[in-house]
Amino acid sequence: MAKITMRQAISQALWEEMERDENVFILGEEVGIWGGTYAVTKGFYDHFGEKRVRDTPIAEAVIVGAAIGAAMTGLRPIAEIMTINFAFSAMDHIVNEAAKMRAMFGGQMRVPMVIRTVSGGGRQLGATHSQTPDAVFAHFPGLKVVAPGTPYDAKGLLKAAIRSDDPVLFIEHATMYQVRGEVPEEEYLVPIGQSKIQRPGRDVTLAAYSKGLDLALKAAAQLAQEGIEAEVIDLRTLRPLDMQPIYQSLEKTNRLVVVEEGWKSYGVGAEIAARTQEEAFDLLDAPILRVAQKEVPLPYNSTLEQAALPQVVDVIAAVQEVLR
Amino acid sequence: MKKEQLLDMYYQMVLIRRVEEAAAELYQQGKIGGFLHLYIGQEAVSTGLVAARQPQDRIITAYRDHGVALNVGISARQVMAELLGKATGISKGKGGSMHMADVEKNFWGGHAIVGAHLPIAAGLALGDQYRGSDGVTICMFGDGATNIGYFHEALNLSKVWKLPVLWVCENNQYGMGTAVERASAVSEIRRKADGYAIPNMAIDGMNVMEVYETAQKALAHVRAAGPFLLEINTYRFRGHSMGDPERYRDKEEVARWQENDPIGIFRRWLLENEKASAETLDAIEARAAADTDDAIRFAETSPEPTLDELFKDIYVEANHG
Repeated sequence: MAKITMRQAISQALWEEMERDENVFILGEEVGIWGGTYAVTKGFYDHFGEKRVRDTPIAEAVIVGAAIGAAMTGLRPIAEIMTINFAFSAMDHIVNEAAKMRAMFGGQMRVPMVIRTVSGGGRQLGATHSQTPDAVFAHFPGLKVVAPGTPYDAKGLLKAAIRSDDPVLFIEHATMYQVRGEVPEEEYLVPIGQSKIQRPGRDVTLAAYSKGLDLALKAAAQLAQEGIEAEVIDLRTLRPLDMQPIYQSLEKTNRLVVVEEGWKSYGVGAEIAARTQEEAFDLLDAPILRVAQKEVPLPYNSTLEQAALPQVVDVIAAVQEVLR
Repeated sequence: MKKEQLLDMYYQMVLIRRVEEAAAELYQQGKIGGFLHLYIGQEAVSTGLVAARQPQDRIITAYRDHGVALNVGISARQVMAELLGKATGISKGKGGSMHMADVEKNFWGGHAIVGAHLPIAAGLALGDQYRGSDGVTICMFGDGATNIGYFHEALNLSKVWKLPVLWVCENNQYGMGTAVERASAVSEIRRKADGYAIPNMAIDGMNVMEVYETAQKALAHVRAAGPFLLEINTYRFRGHSMGDPERYRDKEEVARWQENDPIGIFRRWLLENEKASAETLDAIEARAAADTDDAIRFAETSPEPTLDELFKDIYVEANHG
């Protein structure tokens, strides 16, 4: 199987779906002539033309709003929001319109739209350009929120998102476009709403996603050298959240650490810990620990920024704590 | 225009009036919950616009949406049932007063966040342009919506992409209780379209024939050449919503506008132009009143939604937690 980058996997998914379905088109800032600010849509404008690869003004509300409207007519728009930080300018359309359009009119409408966006810190972009607010968007019923951690899942999940008849927020991570992984030549989809074991183990369960998965897998590799076998569960989808693989893993390990890049308060780890104690309290032999971002706006200075972001050593320390 | 269509427009205007007067009473009785924004006084606007559109033309509006709902042909029964939150309502009792739609009739909703449906209207129009359909999206909004960013983002994009959308500002002189000149740097709202090189025009919204004839021309313009903005001056005779103390305007001002009641104006026009006899118009009014009574009976005797409806219609695919 070929090893390709996360960027290539996402780009392939978009290309294949646009070739497959005339109704799929892309709109967003610099997606066309520029080729995408993360170069994901490089070459698309020349191949598919300006009708299907649409450069927009810098105006996030109308990017998402127009995508919603076009989706209501049966098209399958992919709206690119350059970074998730700018999605706040379109927050009303994401949470008040896209997420509610179907329910509010008694099921008359459907919004088969994907919003692709980029989350995450670690690139010295300062406080407003470095957030990982994924959990905020996962709060709202009516949306699906997907955040892959491997090229394989990114490709399969994005294709599934484009074919979904519901609005999907597809979150990529700013520092993971060069991550490589095996991706088959043949067509495949990854269903939305299924967590997955990315590394089997028996001693402790690490639940993670996106950049957190990267940290969890690196921690697991180091822990293995000390004879500790961590089982790493990749959430892949934040809403709907699939807890079953975590509970199955806890049957073996009885210990859980959640790894995410966003802030700890009200975060993904908080949700997983709450559900686990509500639904699987008897499986736990230790408190659930969360590895997450410190509660500060991310600073520009690299040393300070890295001190605020969760690191592999933090994951290892948390594992040692729950095994103590 | 054919006589039948004129009389149907008259019926629609009277029906809107009767249904909303009944709704106000039902609200006072506690049978309608939430907010209730009445369209009374503005009936000529939606009636003229809907009469001018072709079947392929979409229409979308804000939360003061009962008028459009009835104009496009949602039955008074389904409107009243929705107001009462019943399972037989047009949105199954899940939307209420502000969220009526009928996709089959190309009515894409009542939308309750001020201005937020303008970007969506741009997208509806993009859908038609993308497919090469000659449908136009008619997007109605209030004067208050022209001060929020969505208006500007949507107008700008509609011009840049030459989208087939007819922007219609229903200027009823107040955004809630704040007069246009106290909230908008430009009180002649249509001039805001100049900033986006969108041709525009202001007309009298109390005269349904003026609305109808201008809308026809504006729709033809949009079909041929892209977006157009129509400012339609009108007035709501009732408060912003039920329970509005109306401290921001005096009774004389309301009375002055009420002399220009759009239903009275249209009735006189129909009589003077010998389109109908007084007896015919009286009979239409009686029919609208009877249909309203029937709608109330229907709504009051309709079932509540069952509790299993709570988790339905949220996603197209399997509903997830």
